[in-house]
Amino acid sequence: MSSILKVQGINKHFGGLHALNNVNLDVEQGKVHAIIGPNGAGKSTLLNCFIGRLTPDTGTVDFDGTSLIGLKPHEINQTGVSRVFQTPEIFTELTLLENVMIPALAKRDGAFKPSLWSSMAGETEIRDQAMNALSEVNMGGKAGMTAASLSRGDKRRLELAMALVQNPKLLLLDEPTAGMARADTNATIDLLKTISGKGLTMVIIEHDMHVVFSLAEKISVLAQGTVIVEDLPEKIKGHPKVQEAYLGGAHL
Amino acid sequence: MTVEQSKKDKIMVIGVVLAVLLGPIILNPFGAGYPDLLQKFVIYGIFAIGFNILFGLTGYLSFGHAAFLGVGSYSAVWMFKLLSMNIVPAIILAMVISGLFALLIGFIALRRSGIYFSILTLAFAQMSYNLAYSVLTPITNGETGLQILHGDPRVLDAAVEDGALPVTNLFGLNMNATADVSLLGMDIQFNAGYYICGLIMIVAFYIALRLFRSPFGMMLKAIKTNQNRLNFTGVNSRPYTLTAFVISGIYAGLAGGLLACTDPLAGAERMQWTASGEVVLMTILGGAGTMLGPILGAGVIKYFENIFSAYNESELMDVFSFLPHWLQELVVSVSSLFVGEGWHLTLGVLFMLIVIFLPGGLMEGFNRLVKLARGGYRKDGASASAAGKVTAE
Repeated sequence: MSSILKVQGINKHFGGLHALNNVNLDVEQGKVHAIIGPNGAGKSTLLNCFIGRLTPDTGTVDFDGTSLIGLKPHEINQTGVSRVFQTPEIFTELTLLENVMIPALAKRDGAFKPSLWSSMAGETEIRDQAMNALSEVNMGGKAGMTAASLSRGDKRRLELAMALVQNPKLLLLDEPTAGMARADTNATIDLLKTISGKGLTMVIIEHDMHVVFSLAEKISVLAQGTVIVEDLPEKIKGHPKVQEAYLGGAHL
Repeated sequence: MTVEQSKKDKIMVIGVVLAVLLGPIILNPFGAGYPDLLQKFVIYGIFAIGFNILFGLTGYLSFGHAAFLGVGSYSAVWMFKLLSMNIVPAIILAMVISGLFALLIGFIALRRSGIYFSILTLAFAQMSYNLAYSVLTPITNGETGLQILHGDPRVLDAAVEDGALPVTNLFGLNMNATADVSLLGMDIQFNAGYYICGLIMIVAFYIALRLFRSPFGMMLKAIKTNQNRLNFTGVNSRPYTLTAFVISGIYAGLAGGLLACTDPLAGAERMQWTASGEVVLMTILGGAGTMLGPILGAGVIKYFENIFSAYNESELMDVFSFLPHWLQELVVSVSSLFVGEGWHLTLGVLFMLIVIFLPGGLMEGFNRLVKLARGGYRKDGASASAAGKVTAE
């Protein structure tokens, strides 16, 4: 299998804190790759390096033949990387439909296209795409609601729709089920399974082991800024290093 | 975005057209039916509409928009001096120069957002104001202000000049041409300058409406809500904000040019920070982000400025003459603080009341009244889900 995202030798310091220490990661095309680890292990920092929110001190991030280091957030998105944020980042004053139409427009029109004279009402194709994405996450009926009125779980699902409508090559999910009720979590797992079945590559950060083991085809365990193990899910479960990282060396 | 929306938009445009056409008649009973004030209503309406494209949509609060107004005026007057008293070249030059000026200032100021952006625009405007007074005197004529003179070249229509100073015109139709008509027992003045500016305002309003409803406008609204998120969505927000800034700068330049067209002189005080603040007040008073709010706000402020400032104590005595003498004097001595020179006080009180009780401006008050008049006070959630049904279908 060819890798679509290749991360090599990433280091990141925050003052005296060595947040990421020589991290390597290989995400294979079409696979769901989970990154797990205890709190403060550097998972979100790593993800932020992929999308241009942070620039690593050293190391390379190559996505589909393009180096992502030094690219601006919108440029990284335009290469085909979409992200679902840990804390919902949505356009609260706009409707759900508008929230999803914006990434769809960005996908079609690129980073900047001043369509001053055309009308949103005339964008039927974009509207259909957005409606489909909303229906996919089961929110089609709320399309006209203002996003601010959503519950936290619904905001997460909206974010998912915003990512899916772009039909990305790589989907980065930062705790996609955090704040969701159990039923919603299961629905999201099923949805993500369907999407990955269509061949979409995903990198997923998650605390909920139920989610991780239902989805992941490969798992990297991050602890104190380093990848301590990278293996198949069934081998991770009983791995002594993983237990040590999570339980601080207290052997069971 | 739905059929309902486009129907509302049509009604709105028709409403604006009617208001402009009937302006001299409607405003006559309020003592505001004279050409000079009517012209100000529509010209500052254009200024505020343009400001709203930037502030209402993107949330970027510029405190230096009067600089573009001033640049527009100077450009227009120079056109009158050098080329022709026809207003068309003057307006075109005013828009081009102010647009270029906005491109320069926006390019630098938009590197920052929030309060830093506001301060940068304020600094640029004050810089322009001071330059106009000092170094740039050959262009701006300093404190005296730039005006048309007999000796000006006026390449295209120097021949028609006689004793008096020439008048600004649109292909021969003088801006100050006024038809006095007696109508409904009122003495109505139909002024050419007002109708020319009014028609331009209608076009400006229609263009702004199209911008609001376009994908471009949608991106600007997204910038206001969460610019960071928009960048992660694959949109480069900087050129969007810059385009909005330049467009609103061109609107301001157009307004400045029209001010010069109705009265061909330009002074530096037009660029002062109080003038920049005024357009902010107009937009917020009327309702930032709404289509009609800025026009309404501009009208209210210009009305107060011209009507309240004209009152004096003896006129107030007449108004309150129905009161017993001792009460009359008391009421007049208090209320006289709010008129004449003190009209700013009235404006301040009004502004405070609006911001506290109607954060959405006069338009919010208007919408509430409409809701009340329709009988049921519907909760926001209910109307939102109703809208959702419409869009979903």
